[in-house]
Amino acid sequence: MDAILEYIPKELITTLVTIAVVVGVTLGVISYLILLERKLSAWMQDRRGPNRVGPMGIFQPLADGAKFLLKEEVTPAGADKVLFYAAPGIGFMTTMLAFSVVPFGPVGVEGIPWFVRFLIAPDVNIGIVFIFAITSLSVYGVILGGWASNNKYSALGSLRASAQVISYEIPLGMSILGIALLGSTLDINTLLMQQTGSFWDWYFWTQPLACLIFFTSALAEANRLPFDLSECEQELVGGFHTEYSSMKFALFFLGEYAHVILTSFLTSILFFGGWHFPWIATPESAYTGAWVVKIGVLLFKVGMVIVFIMLLRWTIPRFRFDQLMNLSWKALIPLSLANMVAVMTVLQFGWDRWWLTPISLGLFAVAGLISVAMKRAEIRHRPSAAELAHQFAT
Amino acid sequence: MAVAKDDVMWIEEPEMGFWEMTFLPAILDGLKTTIRHVTHYDPVTQQYPEEKPSLPLHYRGVHRLNRDEKGRVKCVACMLCATACPADCISIEASAAPPDWPDRDKFPATFVLDELRCIYCGMCEEACPVDAIELTHIYDLTGETRESMRFDREKLLAVYDKTKDDPRDPLRTRRGKLGPAADFGTLPTVAPATQVTAGDRSAQSTAPGTIHTYNNPRPFDDPGGAT
Ligand code: SF4
Ligand code: SF4
Repeated sequence: MDAILEYIPKELITTLVTIAVVVGVTLGVISYLILLERKLSAWMQDRRGPNRVGPMGIFQPLADGAKFLLKEEVTPAGADKVLFYAAPGIGFMTTMLAFSVVPFGPVGVEGIPWFVRFLIAPDVNIGIVFIFAITSLSVYGVILGGWASNNKYSALGSLRASAQVISYEIPLGMSILGIALLGSTLDINTLLMQQTGSFWDWYFWTQPLACLIFFTSALAEANRLPFDLSECEQELVGGFHTEYSSMKFALFFLGEYAHVILTSFLTSILFFGGWHFPWIATPESAYTGAWVVKIGVLLFKVGMVIVFIMLLRWTIPRFRFDQLMNLSWKALIPLSLANMVAVMTVLQFGWDRWWLTPISLGLFAVAGLISVAMKRAEIRHRPSAAELAHQFAT
Repeated sequence: MAVAKDDVMWIEEPEMGFWEMTFLPAILDGLKTTIRHVTHYDPVTQQYPEEKPSLPLHYRGVHRLNRDEKGRVKCVACMLCATACPADCISIEASAAPPDWPDRDKFPATFVLDELRCIYCGMCEEACPVDAIELTHIYDLTGETRESMRFDREKLLAVYDKTKDDPRDPLRTRRGKLGPAADFGTLPTVAPATQVTAGDRSAQSTAPGTIHTYNNPRPFDDPGGAT
């Protein structure tokens, strides 16, 4: 064994093991997240949720998987076979690729077995840019899948979905730029380490607006409710994946869930200090098994964000398409631009960082006031109900 | 038809304030509601095969043919039910009643009801002058062949034997006691197949056949039904 090991660079083994862990754990977790989501949805709606397969339905994911595998694969006549088969893979692969720069634990601390690293690709100093570049490729999966299905509804659905994803790409990227400027790096792990000083170092406190924008746009990117216009399971004809069945359909769903997990990781790492928690898990904490606790803290935060996303799903009704576009182009993009300018100003003039908190809140308030004023003006310029009634009567 | 002008009500769009424009309070409010459903979890789902639904008393399920006080089929083969049936699923062959059945002239030699064609409207029950045919609460009716779903006289009588002591299918004849077939002239009217509550307009009509159910609890609230 040692003889063989000598000829293989340790680096390679570490990377392969980490990839295996990440892919395996992510897929396993996704299947149980789907169960959790179904259970939570049921609880929120006073139902019971899946409870037939095993106690409390814990084997439901297995049953789902078996069903997906055994279902008939239907390829519509006239579909572009190559693209039709490639699309779900593109969607899933691009999201999984993004995991390669996400630190899912404390990187570079003592006491971890040498073949695990908690980060597939260390020292990628353009981490954030890489994530955005890769995940925005997933729109190809959407648009190719819809187009290759040879179905009008799929094509329309894919147009809808890609318009949404592209629109939200912009605020998503720009909201993070503020943090990148503050930390003067694009490396996610470095950004994480910058927040591990104290509780008040978490970027959430200086960039609350960016956090809100990032989270909202990330939901839209992942096609989650309230932005799931690309699916609209309830009222429209599916969407871009109308023609997909069995495992190909499941891949789209896996992609969506992987995206949710990625979003939750990024939110907790960029805004909520990653594995840092005062007293429990700090860079100084040196007790044995500290790295386990740190992973636990990070996973706890990620879990909280995921549950929050699920709660939102049954809380906010879906946006109409024009509202969706308005929200992105008229609210999120200007706000994230303004936020970026604020960060630049603060850095340029060397002001205290804490000025960013009131500035963020102020920007938010101004945006709210502007929309109130615009709505008022619109109402003033259109006939009141009394006038309409008068017109109608005469 | 054009809408009458007086019927149109014009409503002003409510003005949105600052906080409403930002949507945050509304989202928080919604989250509170959603979370409350999780913390105060009270599912309304019925686990069907294990938990049976509690049906209202007027539920219309499988039919039964009632017996009179001597245990004979109560039907007098008047064909009213077959005539009333909108699905045309009752076929009766009448024959002269045996001489020792003084209370009627005819009785059904065969009585076949096709439970697959039936739409469970309850018209037969309404039509029957002697309360011989009734719909029970049995709803989970299955069969392996079409033939087995054509219930004949004996099968319908068997349904009666099975359900007569069930609180959900009380004997409606003679205030709960078995009676002869041809006594409907002397009996006071009993509850119609579909009971109406006191507040119902039809309950206030003077037409025969409606019964005021002031003293009865509303069948929906019947706690005994959930067995
Ligand atoms: S319930 Fe209606 S359809 Fe069924 S047998 Fe009676 S009258 Fe016919
Ligand atoms: S069941 Fe009633 S209505 Fe039908 S034939 Fe017999 S007596 Fe007449």
